Amino acid sequence: MKTREFIEEVKKGSISAEENIHKVLEESEKIDREYAYFNTISKELALMQAKEIDRLVKQKKAKGTLLGLPVSVKDCIVVKNVESTAGSKILKGYFPTFNATCVQKCIDEGAVIIGKTAQDEFGFGGFSLNVGVGFRIPKNPFDRERACGGSSGGSGGITQKAKFSHISLAESTGGSIAAPASFCGVAGLCPTYGLVSRYGLIDYANSLDKIGPMGKTVEECALMLNVISGHDEKDSTSLSAKKENYLDYLKKDIKNLKVAVIKEAFGKGTEGNVSKKILDKLAGLKIKYEEISLPLNYKYSLATYYLLATTEASTNLAKYCGMRYGAAEKLEGNFNEYFSKVRSLNFGKEAKRRIILGTFARMAGFRDAYYLKAEKVRTKIIEEYKKVFKKYDILISPTMPILPPKIEDIKKLTPLQNYMMDIMTVGPNVAGLPHLSVNAGTEKGLPVGMMMTADHLQEGKLIQIGKELEK
Amino acid sequence: MKVDEALIKRVAENARLSLSEEEIKEFMPQLKEILENFSKLDEADTRDAKPSFQPVEIKNAVREDKTGKCLSQEDALKNAVHKKDGYFKGPRAV
Repeated sequence: MKTREFIEEVKKGSISAEENIHKVLEESEKIDREYAYFNTISKELALMQAKEIDRLVKQKKAKGTLLGLPVSVKDCIVVKNVESTAGSKILKGYFPTFNATCVQKCIDEGAVIIGKTAQDEFGFGGFSLNVGVGFRIPKNPFDRERACGGSSGGSGGITQKAKFSHISLAESTGGSIAAPASFCGVAGLCPTYGLVSRYGLIDYANSLDKIGPMGKTVEECALMLNVISGHDEKDSTSLSAKKENYLDYLKKDIKNLKVAVIKEAFGKGTEGNVSKKILDKLAGLKIKYEEISLPLNYKYSLATYYLLATTEASTNLAKYCGMRYGAAEKLEGNFNEYFSKVRSLNFGKEAKRRIILGTFARMAGFRDAYYLKAEKVRTKIIEEYKKVFKKYDILISPTMPILPPKIEDIKKLTPLQNYMMDIMTVGPNVAGLPHLSVNAGTEKGLPVGMMMTADHLQEGKLIQIGKELEK
Repeated sequence: MKVDEALIKRVAENARLSLSEEEIKEFMPQLKEILENFSKLDEADTRDAKPSFQPVEIKNAVREDKTGKCLSQEDALKNAVHKKDGYFKGPRAV
């Protein structure tokens, strides 16, 4: 059953939200035992919400565009009274006293929150292998020996494995929605920077973080974007864009869209079978397309992204020091000794590495050469995109240059080799551009993701072409 | 630029991290590799470019100067392990 039909059935009372959620929780627990997609399953909250929905349906008072729909939430997005750790040991035991704006909007539309999904610690990874100390690594839904992509790996995995109607709230800083969407064979939409409020998001890098939906279909992403987009005065970087109905774009013809493939994305760094799959899929659309080049982007966006992201992360993570919330140790020594102890015991290895890198990039003597230079290069990258978008609506590339790799093989890579896997996704993320990954089919039984990038606030065009591609 | 043990120790101290000898040994070549690669930004011509601290233009976002709802003292302290008399309790300052 399609998700929108499921919601209609709940509204009519022919499906009980409570009966459904019992099955959903049971199935989620079963999947979780095998694939480790959840850091927490919020059973109590889900049952309470579902019961309340049934009660309102009986009284004919129930409304909402997500009525009764199970929604999972990436662990870095806070849910009131549900442990929210962003996959880090340093936030174990943190039970937020408020909901993130996007979570509250879902609840207001009748969604049922089923749990917090697994991720790289604070989003620090592209494979969901960099989970915090004591956390489980989520597995690829097609092959458990392989990675499910990151950092929203749990969201991608459960979206693929769930047989029930469901949408996930994920988050991307440098590709963390597109990458797991690709490796898990689902749709993931990362919106324009600022379109969705970041209030209640446990930040990784403020100028790069975006919350967005993952669903089995582009339609589900559009449905969720309708709910979570919009201005929020609690987030000072939230845009005041005109509210749109993204579902309208599902019916629009694509023949007027101007499409181009990015030359560099199909070069020697990309596995041949991945490139071929994408180009075959595009040929199936029977539309004209051209080839463009983004030389600055492909040369500099990776370094730009990592310098900006780690710099911002190193300041964001300064607040975790064993006071106010999260992990604490015995109060001993002076504040420097105490803070250092708590942080050293509770941050994972990649978190420490990124804090060191980011602290370095903004230290006196290095700041101009690294951090400030990266901010200027970002301007050049944005200008390069803007020039291309004067002529084209949609840019096409693979989402990931490779098929989902084996977890054991990823462990052999150096951190830099690891970072390089983000080459396709860092560009749109650095420039705050909306991008959508949809499944383009499988190769050797593994999913291949196809990424579309559009100009700022042109999510509608992504939905328009994305729904054609998944046919 | 030289990435050596002294630099990593200095940065770690700044970041309030006490790294073990093994961690320093592991991080040193990794950071060296990363920074060498990232130094390619030097070649990018940014003479006419202003820094983009945000990817999209955002005007000053200020709300009306009116008192609104905020976190209660009870809620603010709810997640703290060390607290006393309605305050957070921290380590000694000196």
